Amino acid sequence: MLALRNVSKIYRTGSVETTALRSLDLHVKPGEFVSVTGPSGSGKSTLLNLLGLLEAPSAGEYLIDGALSHTLSDFERSRLRNEKIGFVFQGFNLVRDLTIFDNCDIPLRYRGMGGTERRTRIESALERVGLASRARHFPTQLSGGQQQRVAIARALAGSPRVLLADEPTGNLDTHMAEEIMAMLEGVNQAGTTVVLITHDTALAARAHRQIRMLDGIASEIDAVVSDTLTLNASALA
Amino acid sequence: MTHTLLFGYYLRMALASLRRNLLLTSLMVVAIGVGIGAAMTTLTVFMVLTNDPLPDRSERVFHPRLDAQDMSGYAPGGEPHDLLTRLDAEQLLREKRGVRQAMMYAGFSVIELDQGDDMPFRQRIRYTSSDFFPMFGVPLQHGQPWSAADDEARARVVVIGADLNQRVFNGGNSVGKLLRINGEQFRVIGVAAPWHPQPTFYDLNREGGFAEADQLFLPFSTSRALRMGFAGNLDCWGEVDKEEGQLGLNSSCAWVQYWVELASAQDAADFRAYLENHSSQQRQNGRYQRPVNVRLDNIPQWLDYKRVVPSDVRLQTWLAFGFLFICLLNTTGLLLAKFLRRAPEIGLRRALGAPRSAVFQQCLVEAGLIGIAGGAFGLLLAWCGLWLVRQQAVGYAALAGMEAGTLFGTFLLALVASLAAAAFPAWRACLVAPASQLKSL
Repeated sequence: MLALRNVSKIYRTGSVETTALRSLDLHVKPGEFVSVTGPSGSGKSTLLNLLGLLEAPSAGEYLIDGALSHTLSDFERSRLRNEKIGFVFQGFNLVRDLTIFDNCDIPLRYRGMGGTERRTRIESALERVGLASRARHFPTQLSGGQQQRVAIARALAGSPRVLLADEPTGNLDTHMAEEIMAMLEGVNQAGTTVVLITHDTALAARAHRQIRMLDGIASEIDAVVSDTLTLNASALA
Repeated sequence: MTHTLLFGYYLRMALASLRRNLLLTSLMVVAIGVGIGAAMTTLTVFMVLTNDPLPDRSERVFHPRLDAQDMSGYAPGGEPHDLLTRLDAEQLLREKRGVRQAMMYAGFSVIELDQGDDMPFRQRIRYTSSDFFPMFGVPLQHGQPWSAADDEARARVVVIGADLNQRVFNGGNSVGKLLRINGEQFRVIGVAAPWHPQPTFYDLNREGGFAEADQLFLPFSTSRALRMGFAGNLDCWGEVDKEEGQLGLNSSCAWVQYWVELASAQDAADFRAYLENHSSQQRQNGRYQRPVNVRLDNIPQWLDYKRVVPSDVRLQTWLAFGFLFICLLNTTGLLLAKFLRRAPEIGLRRALGAPRSAVFQQCLVEAGLIGIAGGAFGLLLAWCGLWLVRQQAVGYAALAGMEAGTLFGTFLLALVASLAAAAFPAWRACLVAPASQLKSL
């Protein structure tokens, strides 16, 4: 499903270079639930941005569903993001001026979907996260947990093959975090590949596989399916 | 289907975005509106002044000039007089070197009506020769223009305009009716349909070429036989005719307007050579004193030479468009601020699948709406501006009106201007890197 081969990411600001990822190899199979943990600045979000085609690697190759990312045009990358990837962010990332319905509508609009199908999908997704009755509300009228559920509904409405969640429980209390985690597990059980970035080791432990990031280097700390992760030998040395 | 759906979506999002910050939106609409209003006001006046009065033939209808004056005030390379002497005009007319040619001048006459209660009134009159009508394409409602034979015979015939026909004969077909002019009876031979070339290129003496349309036409030869009055420019430098005075055939006075239609613009060189040859002959027989110096201007060249467009109108037009440019720069700045303030939302939309082109289009739709609103405001300002122009004491003032072309042009200019102003901000917006924005929404 997702394959990073010898991927590095270096940010350049003037003459200063910051290496966020170092020679990373990672393979995520369809239907997996992979968690990524690590301290701040270890490269977790950069990894998620690469997986979500939001950034391009400085070196190495990234294959998503068999397509080499660096050969794709902006339009093709956008279409892949739109059709195959769902995002859930720590800050919910809802547009304040749009209703819950319209927020969920954003990715479907860019897919060029007809009105009836969009409505069906959005209502179904909001039903799934228990917010069908709030479709006409605005984000500021909802609690943090509810907003994150809207973000999940937005991702689910597009029926993505991969759900990338960047600290989705980071801004929530324990009860809400548990609720969101259960929701992600449900999504995964329904067949969607999930990559979860989190600081919470307890939540991370519930994934099929756990990857720990440190200084841009990934290591598997709980290999449930050991052959799906190849750790770069040189990076570990 | 997809594009239609997305355009509707962009429109809805744009309206929501514009409503979100009404102050900023108003500033942009005002900036574009003021610029468009100023530009359209001056452009309308400029277009009126640069209008081609005979668009189908202006390139091949020419105004010849000959340097027949004496050496008093001579300067090498100077411009010949705008008008011809009667002797030159009659000779050129007689030799018929163009497809059509006409000599003319203007005057005033007194028209007496048969109905007893109506007072006589003064009427401006154009004395000309028979080719005037076909050469300038004067449309006739009834009857026909007089012929060359009528010119020769000094016939007492007239062609009247539609307004005069209405005033004197209550409209209708007045051909054959008699009209008393300066105490003489003339037979109406033709009634012209409304015809008013703007500017009145063949006589720029009145109101800079934007006076009322001529309503009464009478053969040149008849006018001289009856010693009818003259109203126009008259420059004399030598002896005058003993019988007829300054307007006599042999007087050294320039006062006759002369126009010639050639088969094509390419024939101008031959006609110029003919004029030079005519001037040489006049020098040889001692009539011309100055070196051969002729001009042959077609209608656009003639209007340009006579500066029908005043230099201050040109300057105003340039200044107004410069002002519009500054307004657009302001709008560009405001749009840039507006779009980049929305960078987090744009980043999110990019992450959720919007390609750069979608972001660009969405920004342009928003700018287009501002342009349409700015166009409406600009239209209002242009309407006010043109009303102010019409209050001025200039010949073209009455023509400075709002027409369908102005209306359409205003919206088109506003739309194009706003899209041009938005191009850079929209380009910057679609370059927003989604990854860097997702934590700031």
